[in-house]
Amino acid sequence: MKDIFIMLAQRLSLGVVTLFVVSLIIFLGVSLLPGDAAQAMLGQSATPDTVAALRARMGLDQPGYIRYFTWLGGILQGDFGVSIANDREISDLLGWRFANTLFLALLAAVVSVPLALTLGILAALYRNSVYDRAVNVITLSSISTPEFFVAYILILVFAVQLGWFPSLANVGPDTLFFERVYACVLPAATLTLVVVAHMMRMTRAAIINLLASPYIEMAALKGIPRRHIIVRHALPNAWAPIINVIVINLAYLIVGVVVVEVVFVYPGLGQLLVDSVQRRDLPVVQACSLVFAATYVLLNLSADILSILTNPRLLHPK
Amino acid sequence: MNTDTVDTTVGADNSLLLEMRGLCIEGFSDEEWHQIVKDVDITLHRGRMLGLIGESGAGKSTIGIAAMGYAKPGCRINGGRIVFDGVDLTAASEEEKRRLRGAKIAYVAQSAAAAFNPAHKLIDQFAEAVTEHGIGSRDDAYADAKDLYARIKMPDPDGIGFRYPHQVSGGQLQRAMTAMALSCRPDLLIFDEPTTALDVTTQIEVLVTMRDIVEQFNCAAIYITHDLAVVAQMADNIMVLRHGETVEEAETRRMLSAPQADYTKSLWAVRSFRKQHPAPPPEDTPLIKVDNVTAAYGPVTVLHEVDFAIHRGHTVAVVGESGSGKSTAARVITGLLPPQTGAIYYDGAKYPGNYRKRSKEQLRHVQMIYQMADTAVNPRQKIRDIVGRPLSFYLGMDGDEKERRLRELMDMIELDPNKFLDRLPAELSGGQKQRICIARALAAEPAFIICDEVTSALDQLVAEGILKLLDRLQRELNLAYMFITHDLATVNAIADEVIVMLQGRIVEQGAKHEIFSPPHHQYTELLLSSVPEMDPDWMDNVLAQRRAKGGMAAAGN
Repeated sequence: MKDIFIMLAQRLSLGVVTLFVVSLIIFLGVSLLPGDAAQAMLGQSATPDTVAALRARMGLDQPGYIRYFTWLGGILQGDFGVSIANDREISDLLGWRFANTLFLALLAAVVSVPLALTLGILAALYRNSVYDRAVNVITLSSISTPEFFVAYILILVFAVQLGWFPSLANVGPDTLFFERVYACVLPAATLTLVVVAHMMRMTRAAIINLLASPYIEMAALKGIPRRHIIVRHALPNAWAPIINVIVINLAYLIVGVVVVEVVFVYPGLGQLLVDSVQRRDLPVVQACSLVFAATYVLLNLSADILSILTNPRLLHPK
Repeated sequence: MNTDTVDTTVGADNSLLLEMRGLCIEGFSDEEWHQIVKDVDITLHRGRMLGLIGESGAGKSTIGIAAMGYAKPGCRINGGRIVFDGVDLTAASEEEKRRLRGAKIAYVAQSAAAAFNPAHKLIDQFAEAVTEHGIGSRDDAYADAKDLYARIKMPDPDGIGFRYPHQVSGGQLQRAMTAMALSCRPDLLIFDEPTTALDVTTQIEVLVTMRDIVEQFNCAAIYITHDLAVVAQMADNIMVLRHGETVEEAETRRMLSAPQADYTKSLWAVRSFRKQHPAPPPEDTPLIKVDNVTAAYGPVTVLHEVDFAIHRGHTVAVVGESGSGKSTAARVITGLLPPQTGAIYYDGAKYPGNYRKRSKEQLRHVQMIYQMADTAVNPRQKIRDIVGRPLSFYLGMDGDEKERRLRELMDMIELDPNKFLDRLPAELSGGQKQRICIARALAAEPAFIICDEVTSALDQLVAEGILKLLDRLQRELNLAYMFITHDLATVNAIADEVIVMLQGRIVEQGAKHEIFSPPHHQYTELLLSSVPEMDPDWMDNVLAQRRAKGGMAAAGN
């Protein structure tokens, strides 16, 4: 077990380093954008004096590295700074919206992950059958279609024509859980259609990849039925690649929802990011990007850790 | 009625169990179906063991699993009848065959390490067939597994089943697989090269286990192997196969003493090769001197103060089990693993420990030939490029000079340059690929070549060809070989000197005749006495001797 802890500690510290590098890239990227926050706040008609005064008040006249460390130090204490657009604490702004984004992602994940695994296992079991081909064609078409298009089709059919679900996922802080789920059905369905193909195909491929292994043949020669061979003998050894793809897709559910949130006017982090870019609210853009990056890094880290934990050689050392 | 009488009645049952008539199997490759088994007849009675022997590609494994009504992916049974205990498996449904597999006919695979699922405990894999076939509960199976583990003398029989496959040794794993095959008390066992992946000292224990099991449970068995000496210990009858056809079949003793077919005779004669010429007298300075080398992989020391010399024109065989440090010693000589202490001398000059610090000339002097010719050549390069690379790299040859040398080298390894130079490795057989590796080593014009298990992946006839070639090249070019092997028959055939290694230490070294004649070091004795001989009574004699010695030692204590 000692080896595992060492390995986990290594991955964790690597994750911290990655986050640090990412924060640097975000900061540099944002400071490369044309114009500056003070100018943006005061508008075109501001005199140079007032702009300079505001720059000084915001600390923008400091050299880059000092601003970076001030920013980083603030974040480490939970202070993301203040929004330029409305002078509110960014952490207040982020908190509620991030929770909304997580809720939508979680809803989509709860549906799509079991669905993808089941479809993938069945596709491996009935390889090259009509079912296998149909699932492949359908999931591939849904992934090849742009998500805003999928979203509008869903709105057209289920909101406009059938009127089953609302076309706007309008939720507030006081919305009840079931109302929230109801409002999120169409956005979650869009996301599911987009991510299910990857996970399903990796599940199928990872299992089929193992079907040529001697221990699969051994199981067949022991008279084990095919479905048990797939579930009991192939799947436990296929987890590592499957987990990796699942996690990348989960990360996509959180990070890549920008378009879907905008289409459904869902008050999540993606919507906030788009709004802030339009308003040149650079501190908010920075904060959102950092939250997205941290999510990505954390999820990939957990994929690494889970893959390690599903390897019996590491879990049960000699 | 007590159990003894039941046993004797079962023991007396030698009715017909398996009958294959006119079995034909074809396999799909290169876009067409090829006949891989042609019109084979097999008759097997209860309590009997049939040995199937032949070279790779003879179709023995294919026939073995066909006895379960199973064809590997890409193969199909396209003719004949397989009748097991009255059931025609060629006509049975998939579900009927599934119910027989594991329950009535069980399979023991070549590599237990690969055939056990790494994700499950041994005992759960044992219990799986029992519960799946509805023969007993999981608890029954657990109890039975512990009992069987004890009967085949596994260490810690109550606990070992709860380990994962990677937590037990290769020999134990192979025995656990034999136990697993017995979990449903089958009538027929298929042993598919079950000891090929094991060291000789382990092999004999596994063989004894399997033979005892077959006798205890009165199973019938098919024993598939390419090793004549092994099959001689195990089988009642031997069938020789070649290119998917039966060459001949006879009772074991008669087959060994009086083989009829020429092919069988040639197989029997393989082990008779001996090095033709005496080694030249040693010079004052050895060509290679391994001076008191200690080496480690990370924190694990794998070589302890190893010290030996190899002279020009001599063959030094390094023998030992897997993990004894033979290959590590080779890695130190080539500079792939820099030693912690000690040094390597070539012709009296000290070589840097790390190959990166060696000059091109120093690198040229030490060449290697590997066990797996398949993986040692780049599959996308033509033979011309594979053998030509050292010519331009070490000797700066190109143009006509290089072409001339390439053709010379191909002639040396007895392959037609016009036919082979522009082929890809995939178009060559295993033996031909190994010859290409030899040509590549020779291209650098070394005086010393390390041969790492170069014949162990080859069939005996092909391996013999390689040994003869190496021997001829040595005589013509005065080469020194370091010959790493676990096969003592090979050692006997070609070595001048022998080094016996155990756990990273040299336990004995000297001229071959000294090592091979008593008195032996204790470990050398164990190693030598574990090599199966063609005598069908060999295993019984060894066991009797070891038991007597053990008894004497016990009495002495």
